[in-house]
Amino acid sequence: MTIPVLAWTILLAPLAAAAVVLLFGLHRRALSAGAAILGLLTSFACTVTLFLRSQHGGPLHLPLEASIEWIALPGLRIPFGILLDPLSILMTLVVTGVGSAIFIYSTGYMAEERAYSRFFGLLSLFAFSMLTIVLATNWVQLFIGWELVGFCSYLLIGHWYERPSAADAGKKAFMVNRVADFGFMLGILSLWAVSSPIAADRTFHFQTLASRLPEHVAAGVIPAHVLPWIGLLLFCGVAGKSAQFPLHVWLPDAMEGPTPVSALIHAATMVAAGVYLLARNFWLFEAMPSTLTVIMWVGVATAFLAACLAMAETDLKRILAYSTLSQLGYMVMALGLGGAAAGMYHLTTHAFFKALLFLGAGSVIHGTHEQDIRKLGGLAKTMPVTTATFLVGSLALAGVPGLAGFFSKDEILVLAKEHNAAVYILGTVVAGMTAFYTSRLFITAFLSKPHGHGSHAHESPLVMTGPLVCLALLAVAGGYLGIPHYLGEPHGAFHWDVALLSIGVVAAGGALAWLIYWKQAVSAQAIVAALALPSTFIQHRYYIDAFYSWYVTEVQQKVLAGLCDWFEQRIIIGLIVNGIARATALLGSLVRRLQTGLVQAYVLLFLVGVIWVLAAFVEPGW
Amino acid sequence: MAEAVSFYTFTGIMLMAACSVVANRKPIYSVLSLLVVMFCLAALFVMLGAYFIAALQVLLYAGAVLVLFLFVIMLLNLQPDDAHRAFTMRRTGIVTCLVFFFLIFRILSRHRFEPPLSALAPADSTVESVARLLFTQYVLPFELASFIILAAIVGAVTLSKQRAE
Amino acid sequence: MITLNHYLSVSALLFSIGLMGVLTRRNVLMVLLGIELMFNAANLSFVAYSRAWGDAGGQVVVFFVIIVAAAEVTVGLAIAVQLMRQFRTLQTDEIKLLKW
Repeated sequence: MTIPVLAWTILLAPLAAAAVVLLFGLHRRALSAGAAILGLLTSFACTVTLFLRSQHGGPLHLPLEASIEWIALPGLRIPFGILLDPLSILMTLVVTGVGSAIFIYSTGYMAEERAYSRFFGLLSLFAFSMLTIVLATNWVQLFIGWELVGFCSYLLIGHWYERPSAADAGKKAFMVNRVADFGFMLGILSLWAVSSPIAADRTFHFQTLASRLPEHVAAGVIPAHVLPWIGLLLFCGVAGKSAQFPLHVWLPDAMEGPTPVSALIHAATMVAAGVYLLARNFWLFEAMPSTLTVIMWVGVATAFLAACLAMAETDLKRILAYSTLSQLGYMVMALGLGGAAAGMYHLTTHAFFKALLFLGAGSVIHGTHEQDIRKLGGLAKTMPVTTATFLVGSLALAGVPGLAGFFSKDEILVLAKEHNAAVYILGTVVAGMTAFYTSRLFITAFLSKPHGHGSHAHESPLVMTGPLVCLALLAVAGGYLGIPHYLGEPHGAFHWDVALLSIGVVAAGGALAWLIYWKQAVSAQAIVAALALPSTFIQHRYYIDAFYSWYVTEVQQKVLAGLCDWFEQRIIIGLIVNGIARATALLGSLVRRLQTGLVQAYVLLFLVGVIWVLAAFVEPGW
Repeated sequence: MAEAVSFYTFTGIMLMAACSVVANRKPIYSVLSLLVVMFCLAALFVMLGAYFIAALQVLLYAGAVLVLFLFVIMLLNLQPDDAHRAFTMRRTGIVTCLVFFFLIFRILSRHRFEPPLSALAPADSTVESVARLLFTQYVLPFELASFIILAAIVGAVTLSKQRAE
Repeated sequence: MITLNHYLSVSALLFSIGLMGVLTRRNVLMVLLGIELMFNAANLSFVAYSRAWGDAGGQVVVFFVIIVAAAEVTVGLAIAVQLMRQFRTLQTDEIKLLKW
């Protein structure tokens, strides 16, 4: 198979699978699941092949582009194609690999589901959209994939659409993303506008922009104060898709969707798309130090605030959701600090262990039908495989040395220490909080005495535990795969001081959780009561959701929507539509007066015509 | 001289009678005024030397057509109407007709026909000459005229039939 | 001293008077009388021209006009009788089927 064929197969196989499912397979469960899994596995196989061929001495020289001309107008050229370089290959491996594991897991998790086929069709469509983003060669293609993943996310979150909470969550996700994408679109168009002073020469193409823009900025063609604004606008899109503060509100609610969806979309791939975008266009952001500072602080804030919220949650999936938010904050922070490779490294390891954790949670939910951790417990005996893999994932998340999360998180902390002390301190504190809530979760849900359904749970079938084990292996081995080196970062010295401090806080967090929840030596309620004001603030999620609700109902609906409604009712309907109707009726009633029914009136009109003819032609000048 | 006197006399009577046709509220009076118009017109025809046509005018028009009118008016027993019921669009009608008349008058006065008609040789207008034209040059319209009359008769009879209830 | 113009002016005047009768009278039969006046005006015009050009053709035309006028009056009056039967009135503004 030639290289371009392999490349296109990666992108198109999931699309073909989606088409098969949605056209032929809506009532054929086996066909749908088979087509979806086969599609994504094909993509994975092709990606692995291309990866191998691109190694030293192989026939594939990166970066490689294979594209078709989608729009070719004078002054507007938009190709659609595939860009292969280490970054995209890494991301594609993550998406297709972790995705395949999740697809296989879903056959077990969704086995009693009525809309089984629709689920797999949409999953395949999502895979295609995500790969469009990852393999995009230009901003427009990326934006298309961006919107498509948002759409698939909406459909998948609202998979059980008969439930009002699920339908609302889907809408919320889509709308928050829409707000963010408005800024994103402005950023893309501004970037296009400054890409060349000559109108016909403007482009959306990543590589062209990368090669052209630095010279333009240096030469002064692009005013230097414009670039930071473009960067901020583009970051708007990132903030929406990767759920940064204050656009993070949709991610916790997105847990209404089935757990495989949470694992795939809201942990491993879609939310990471923003980070991927920053990494892909890092050359652009590198040129704007002020924007990078903003990005960094937004990431830190998200990491910290989300970790606080995770510590107070009691729903199994929501804890993991806030944890995802926190880790995304880490990734964005890494990019703000200038470490594109570090950010992508953490993205990869996070994909492994967060998907593992979500799938494990799904296994628990599948076995016990319970999501509140206070009502679980005692799962270690009844669901051993799940417990073991979940433990591996938790350790990786917390940053226990030796597992993947430790290495990637430390890379970020090293960067923070070099650039900004405050950020470093906050990052370390968040690592401690991460360890705390992860331990709390594990102890309460798995180790403690059974409080409810934990005792009569049963282990999940092999299709579900198999992927769990695979992901657990990756969570362990991920740190040793040499990912930063693959992305081009040179080997640095191992920073023992950072490592020791992070191990220390992790141990402290774990110990605190053990004290409170296992030994019950310290009471959680006492701590909450002691920190009354912050606790209330956290319990109401910083009142952000409340603020948004107030804004939408009071300001937007009453003022803006009211204005638009007035305009529509009075001007468009009243003046234009009804006006035209009334004018026509008026004209009609006037013309109707000609039809008097009186013969002599018609004769008079005839006579007037004759007079006019005579006056005009026979005797002109009268 | 004599010619001018007779012309103006007959014209004057004719026009007054015409006004009576149009303005009179009683239908019988209108028809009888029209009769006067016909006779004056016949006199004018005689002055113009068209004897045959003058005779036809009196015979056909005055004798047949107006009699038919009188019959119908008496059949329908038309009563004289009040003024507001007799006329419609009076002012509009008068104005438009005046405009029309002045327009035609201007068109006609463009050309001055100098010789008085009495000075011209009378056309060959005995019965014989008119008949000669009728039966040679205009024989087709002559035959078709009989068709028109036939159509009129059939139409009138059909239209006047009472429904056989 | 009576030239062609005199006769033509008389014809025009007679025509206008007939026209006014057509336009103004409400009774259908009066309208027909106005039409008769207009016919006669035309006849006068034809005969005057016939004398002016010395062509008897004008009189032949008048012959035909009289015949056609007679036929038309016949049918017209028959229609008027039927109108009277249908609408019980001969007023032109009442003989109509329009609603307004």
